[in-house]
This record gives sequence, structure tokens and C-alpha cells, in this order.
Amino acid sequence: MLHIVTQYLRDSVEKYPDYPAFVDQKNTLTYSETLVEAEHIAFDLVSRDLFKKPVAVMMDKGVGSISAFMGIALSGNYYTVIDTKMPKNRVEKILETFEPSVIIIDKKNEKKAIEIGGEYVIYEDLIEKNLETDDTAAVKTAESRIIDTDILYVLFTSGSTGIPKGVIITHRSVIDYTEWVGETFHFDHNTIIGNQAPFYFDNSVLDIYSTLRNGATLHVIPQMMYSFPIRLLEYIRDHKVNTIFWVPTVLSRVADLDLLDKCEIDCLKKVLFAGEVMPARQLNAWIKRLPDATFANLYGPTEITVDCTYYIVDREIKDDESVPIGYACMNTDVLVLNDNNELVKTNEKGELCVRGSSLSMGYYNNPEKTAAAFVQNPLNNLYHELIYRTGDIVHYNEIGEIIYDGRIDSQIKHTGHRIELGEIETAVFSNSEIRSNCCLHDASKDCLVLFYVGTIGEDDLRKYLNTLLPEYMLPNIYHRLESMPINMNGKIDRKKLKEQIGG
Amino acid sequence: MNEQIMEMLNELRPEFDFEDSDDFVMDGLLDSFDIISLVSMLEEKYECKVDGLDIVPENFSSVDVIVELVKKSGGKS
Repeated sequence: MLHIVTQYLRDSVEKYPDYPAFVDQKNTLTYSETLVEAEHIAFDLVSRDLFKKPVAVMMDKGVGSISAFMGIALSGNYYTVIDTKMPKNRVEKILETFEPSVIIIDKKNEKKAIEIGGEYVIYEDLIEKNLETDDTAAVKTAESRIIDTDILYVLFTSGSTGIPKGVIITHRSVIDYTEWVGETFHFDHNTIIGNQAPFYFDNSVLDIYSTLRNGATLHVIPQMMYSFPIRLLEYIRDHKVNTIFWVPTVLSRVADLDLLDKCEIDCLKKVLFAGEVMPARQLNAWIKRLPDATFANLYGPTEITVDCTYYIVDREIKDDESVPIGYACMNTDVLVLNDNNELVKTNEKGELCVRGSSLSMGYYNNPEKTAAAFVQNPLNNLYHELIYRTGDIVHYNEIGEIIYDGRIDSQIKHTGHRIELGEIETAVFSNSEIRSNCCLHDASKDCLVLFYVGTIGEDDLRKYLNTLLPEYMLPNIYHRLESMPINMNGKIDRKKLKEQIGG
Repeated sequence: MNEQIMEMLNELRPEFDFEDSDDFVMDGLLDSFDIISLVSMLEEKYECKVDGLDIVPENFSSVDVIVELVKKSGGKS
């Protein structure tokens, strides 16, 4: 019985040992090379007597990170991903929650590990060591002790109090999700995926584990190319990429620049997207260019591994129409509940809630937040059964497709990243020259607008926030106000501010 | 035009010193959002339309090449 993700790797090694599994700008790892690297990393962790312990990976995005994930998994431990470009302050907050037993870091970033303090090992040193037969046997012994409900990874998302939340995902969840992806989209050994998602973003889970399951190839496309859309298309053409799973922002940018017919990308057969709303106009431009390709809109929070609903585009979507998020994925149940916790009727809006084997075990080291979001299924009063309340408002249309309407709270999606506006506000507030602030998302332009009252100038505030927040959370537009509008409850009048940005 | 473009760059990324850079892209001074914003700013200011095919690293490495790009795109100084 398939019960741990490392079996995907071992099976593919057996079938396709010398086939390229992971490719980045500098290196290519075949399946057997990936396993060898992973075993080296696993052996180090086993030697430290670590089992079911947290291990952080802080490396520049590339094939080495994937070896590290696999090594940690083989040793029976679990990983989180720390972006090497993330501001120190945020890294510290994540590490405070995650408390890694050890950090795996690449040579280039060693300085950062020294600054952080604590135990770390250098990836390059680990994979250069010689392993004896006994060593790989020790790794196999550790691996044999893992069960499917053990944690595979913890991914940190934005939290409203300024403390990022670590979503716990098990081997079972990833296997069930990956099996669904493979069967639904007919992935196989010939699949060549072009990765866009950063590895700290859940969309990358589809890329990595679908590759391993199918003995396919994953290209980690250099980040810089996303600034220059024509280069992306040339990459697809030159490497015969046939499958992509990108955020709509990137797909839209390519379409908006009229580049689709400027490059021979007929090799592309599957275009999947998730992470934010895909505008129909840009989607239609892609469909026109690649009429025979499969296009699918996927939807889901990190708490359900990656996705819980999907829609394979099977009819014409008008430019001003919402692209449906479709139907529940296999082995996942979607409940759309109204304010009275009853299932909604057609066209009635409600909160999308979800249950299934891909559900997270909760937030790491955070029982309060876990209890608030993972709750007893209100439709079941007979036994313990958890659902996750996504905070997303949806409805069923006349033909039974689920349509996304927006967020309940101030959590928003910006360039594909999930952001709690409160986290940005908390960071702004941390500056002593700030008296008040309010951050809003202008969905029509997908930009973050910050209103603030204080003595600090815009440039200085921008520089200050740069040291606290990851790039995607930095406000794009700043408005310095004399005073903040206040509503009847004494709270900042967000409605009034929204009117200012035309929302 | 050179000075105006330098001003735009400083507006986009006040924390970086563009004067000291030999290659804005290779030195990591401009990310994907900045490139898109800069193109919009250039198009508005100089009433031109930058062709998607011209949005490549070599056209954003220095102020001089950005000026060339604007001229090529029909920009008025």
C-alpha cells in the first residue's frame, strides 16, 4: 500500500533511474541522483537521532531544495521552507513557531544561518560525504517507521496578528491530492512541468509530487524570467514544457502583452491555474492560442493541501463572466454553509467549508487558531468530524458549478499570495512615527494601498517595511493622511477609504 | 529624458542606488512588478506603446538602453 511520499521517489528510481527528474538553471538531477542526495541528507538527520522533528530548508530555489525535502521525508522528519529573500524579522517569527531541530542551508546563504543562530548544516557538505551500505540501511529503517498520518511539511501563511500560521500537512494528504491530480489530468512519464510557484507556496506541491509520482520532469524556471514574459514562452518552447500550473497574474501578463502568438508554444497541452481569480478575458486569449489544450481553474486553501475544487474549462466563458471554481475534487467534500450553518440553495451565497483526507491537521504550535478554523461539522451531531472554514464566499450557479464571490474577512489574494491585511498593518504600526494606518486591497488593479497618519515620509516608510515584509506584501501605493476617518463604532472607516480608491 | 527616467527608477525603488549599478536587472534592482510598473510609467509619460517582445532584460539594464527603448517604441521626449 502506498502510504508515504518517498515511495513515489523510490518507484520512479526503479523505473527511470537515469531520467531527468528535476532541472534548474544550473543543475539537472536524475531520479537516482535525487535519491542519492536525499539519502545523504536523511543520513545526517538520522545520525542526529532526529525522528518526527522539524527541519527548516533555507536554500535558493533549485533542485537542491527538492533533494532536501526528500531527505527530510526519508528520515521521518518534516520540513518547512524559508525563502532566502524573506526579511529577517519574518524569518525569526517563523522560526519562533517552528523551532527547527536543524536548518539545512546552502553555502551561499550560510551567513544568514549564522545570524539566526542555532543548529545548521550546509547542503553542499552533506551531499559530498561518502555513504556506506550501513548508512543507507539506517535511513531505510527510519523510513520504515513512518506512517501516513505523520507530518510531511508545514507551510507558513500570513496571520492576522502578525504571526505567520504554519499549516500542517501529512503524507496521506499529499498522496491523496497527488493521486487525484494524476488521474484527473492524465499525468504520466512524458509530462514535463514548468514550475512557477515558490516552494513556500502550496501550488509547488502539485509540481513536485506529481513529478515524483509519474516519473516525469520538473523544470524550475528561473525567477528572473517572470519579469520578461517572452522569455518564459521561449523557455516553454525550448524545453518542450507541456504542463504548467501558474498563478493567473503571470498568465494574464503574457496575454496582456499580446505575446501568445509571438512564440511557438504548441508543446503546451495542460494549463492549470490557481491562487487567485483568473480573469476570463485573458483566459480566452490563451484558449484561442491553444484550442486543443486543457485549461483548468483550481481552487483551495493551503489547509486542504493545495486544492479542493476544480473546473476544467468545457464551454465558452464570456469575458465579463466569472470562471467557475467548479466541483469538489475526488475524496473531498465541499459544504457551502449560510449564516445558519445550513447548506445553501442555488444562487444563495455561503461560506465554503471543506472536509476530506487532504485536510490539514491544524496550525503548528497554535491550538487557538486551529480550534477557530477547524471546527466540528455543524451538519453532524453524532460523532467528531472536522471541517475547515475557508472564509471564502461562494455560490452554486444554475448548472451546479461553484462560483467564487470573495473573502469574508480582510484576508485577500494579491499576485497569487494570500495576505492578511492586518499583518501589513501590524508591520506599519511597529514604526514609532506611525499614529494610525489602514491597508486595503484594490482588487481591480490588484494593488495594495496603504493609508497612514504619522510623521514619517513615504520613502522612509517604504524602506522600513522592506526590512519587515516579504516583497509581495509591500504596499504599492501610499497615502499619507492628516487624520484617519472613523466610523460610528470608533473603528477606522474602511468603507470610506475604499471609496477613495474607487472600491 | 535620462534624468526623468532616473527619477522614475528612484520613485519605484527609493532604497536602491541606480547610479552605482552597471546592470539593473542582473543586480536585482528591478523585480517583475517593477518592470511592469516602469513600462506603464514610460508609456504614459512618453505616449508610447512598448512591444511585449521588447520587454527583455537587455532593454532594462541601464538608463541609456531604457531611453533607446522609449525612442524605439515611438516615445516623445
